[in-house]
Amino acid sequence: MSGIPHDHYEPKTNGEKWLHSRLPIVGLLYDTIMIPTPKNLNWMWIWGIVLTFCLALQIVTGIVLAMHYTPQVDMAFASIEHIMRNVNGGHFIRYLHMNGASLFFVAVYLHIFRGLYYGSYKAPREITWIIGMLIYLAMMGTAFMGYVLPWGQMSFWGATVITGLFGAIPFIGESIQTWLLGGPAVGNATLNRFFSLHYLLPFVIAALVALHIWAFHTTGNNNPTGVDVRRSSKAEADKDTVSFWPYFVIKDLFALAVILVVFFAIVGFMPNYLGHPDNYIEANPLVTPAHIVPEWYFLPFYAILRAFTADVWVVMFASWITGGIVDAKFFGVLAMFGAIAVMALAPWLDTSSVRSGRYRPMFKWWFWLLAIDFVVLMWVGAMPAEPPYSTISLIASAYWFAYFLVILPLLGVIEKPEAQPATIEDDFDAHYGKAETPAE
Amino acid sequence: MFKKTGIAALAALTLSAGGAWAAGAEAHVEDIAFSFEGPFGKFDQNQLQRGLKVYTQVCSACHGLQYVPLRTLGDEGGPHLPGDQVRAFASQFEVFDKELDDTRPAIPADHFPGSALENAPDLSLMAKKRAGFHGPYGSGLSQLFNGMGGPEYIYSLMTGYHEAPECAPEDFPGSYNAAFAAGGYPESCKDDHGGHTVPGSWISMGQPLWGDDVEFDDGTEATLEQSAEDVAAFLMWTAEPKMMARQHAGLVGVIFLTLLSVLLYLTNKRIWAPIKGKKTH
Repeated sequence: MSGIPHDHYEPKTNGEKWLHSRLPIVGLLYDTIMIPTPKNLNWMWIWGIVLTFCLALQIVTGIVLAMHYTPQVDMAFASIEHIMRNVNGGHFIRYLHMNGASLFFVAVYLHIFRGLYYGSYKAPREITWIIGMLIYLAMMGTAFMGYVLPWGQMSFWGATVITGLFGAIPFIGESIQTWLLGGPAVGNATLNRFFSLHYLLPFVIAALVALHIWAFHTTGNNNPTGVDVRRSSKAEADKDTVSFWPYFVIKDLFALAVILVVFFAIVGFMPNYLGHPDNYIEANPLVTPAHIVPEWYFLPFYAILRAFTADVWVVMFASWITGGIVDAKFFGVLAMFGAIAVMALAPWLDTSSVRSGRYRPMFKWWFWLLAIDFVVLMWVGAMPAEPPYSTISLIASAYWFAYFLVILPLLGVIEKPEAQPATIEDDFDAHYGKAETPAE
Repeated sequence: MFKKTGIAALAALTLSAGGAWAAGAEAHVEDIAFSFEGPFGKFDQNQLQRGLKVYTQVCSACHGLQYVPLRTLGDEGGPHLPGDQVRAFASQFEVFDKELDDTRPAIPADHFPGSALENAPDLSLMAKKRAGFHGPYGSGLSQLFNGMGGPEYIYSLMTGYHEAPECAPEDFPGSYNAAFAAGGYPESCKDDHGGHTVPGSWISMGQPLWGDDVEFDDGTEATLEQSAEDVAAFLMWTAEPKMMARQHAGLVGVIFLTLLSVLLYLTNKRIWAPIKGKKTH
């Protein structure tokens, strides 16, 4: 599968040969787990394992929860309390699932920003990046629909607000919204289809994850230097790489265990800390909460959605040029999806010949500004939409687009990159000194 | 460098906690050191039994506990009443039985009844749904550092009834409560910028506890503060009855995963040593 030369699986016993000639599944697993991996990967390369674990955790806990949950508007809220009080271990499984979503998004954001810093999106890994963005979109859809299922106040009003976004699309919006909800408003039909899709989408994500892994196993991993693994012979490749098992499996599992210590402390000691208390009030279509706030992981994009109000000149311009078809609400929706779209286009917007941000003196500053910008957007997304927060969110949203649409294309032209190490081996040896015996 | 981003992101995400009771709510909430706070906190069985008595004799006149099964009163870690007492306690409630098409005395398998008064909210989850009043815009920091949450809110509400401030018109509806943020508020108590000059607001529930409302079986004096604290603790138990089991499971998880981390760290160090040019022994 991999373009990097390495040893392949050789069936030895008669039984192995018998299976291998019929279904080479052991060989496939062997090639996957023994893939030559750049030996200089740092601790930012552990999030893939954490994310795989999160997906498995959410699926396993979710399947158990689905055995006791009732997707019906009069019974959903009570069935969650039934899980919390009467199901054996139900309270812990539910809190694992609830906080598992948060861990999932912490890991995915760090994973994405790692890719943005080290240029993992650049050729030849564009397909890996695009699939990653699709996974991220599917994750957002899954998390959003999952949050509706407990049928609390935030569930209900969050669903009302977010599906309302689709209603902002000119001409066909209202039909789309009705089609999504299964009726004129959030109701039993909505709850049922969200439950169905919340169960389905994780398996779509699992399939996309397989493609994601397949794609980067074909190109080989990126690494902190961005320098390619030498591939002319196996002996050369061996100088730059070690096999994934056991070197990176053990390293990643160690990182996962440390992260899970923190995760279990949060689940055990403060499981509701990241949630909204209003979701312990059963959904009531007649009472609107004072502030409708999405879960923390949606806040940056929620801030972008709200940033473009009718008094912003780009919005006025867009409205004027389209003859009023694009109003502030629709512009906000376009901006929110556009914010993810420009990130997905990064492989073609970044014009630099150098892959890793480590050797890009100007890029570094703009990158860290983007990271701060993301945190600012998250903060401002939780604030009420009034001055000074509206101004801050507008500036922060503008920078998000400027980074991808202006700064990335320009930097490649005006920036003078620093010298990169000739090989991965050079970079590794500069850290650790030369190995006494070459790794076999 | 990436770790710093992670910490900043974690700090930022706490901002989403809280909210509804935060903005503009200048209500006063007292911090109480409850026995169940912190990772090793435990419910105080005597306190839960006292709180149950306050609930039964005062609150239950209007408020229900519809999600709480009566049998859980006998659970260890809860009020832990003996079986015969649970049965006797249950039988004082009348429940509607679909099969009989009539009411009958409740048995431990039934739940507490719902609210008797239509506008009185159910109290089963009150300690959890009122956990988010904290700090400027609900930053969640006082929850994180002081362990302040729903029980503190309930205590403060019970003890927050005071003489109405002079700025309010005498016929303003409701009772003045310094801890209640979501009620009516007279225009005459606002300053020029619309800011509140007195904390809290006017709540439709009249003062429920005055002190000496009940007589505690364990001889504890039923002062207003004591009764408020006990009923707040009891309502925390009704909202989170599995809290002690959860903390125990969390602690076991933390200990075993720490041990696993150490073992994996040592394994990782050892297998990488020859690659990194270090001696293995």
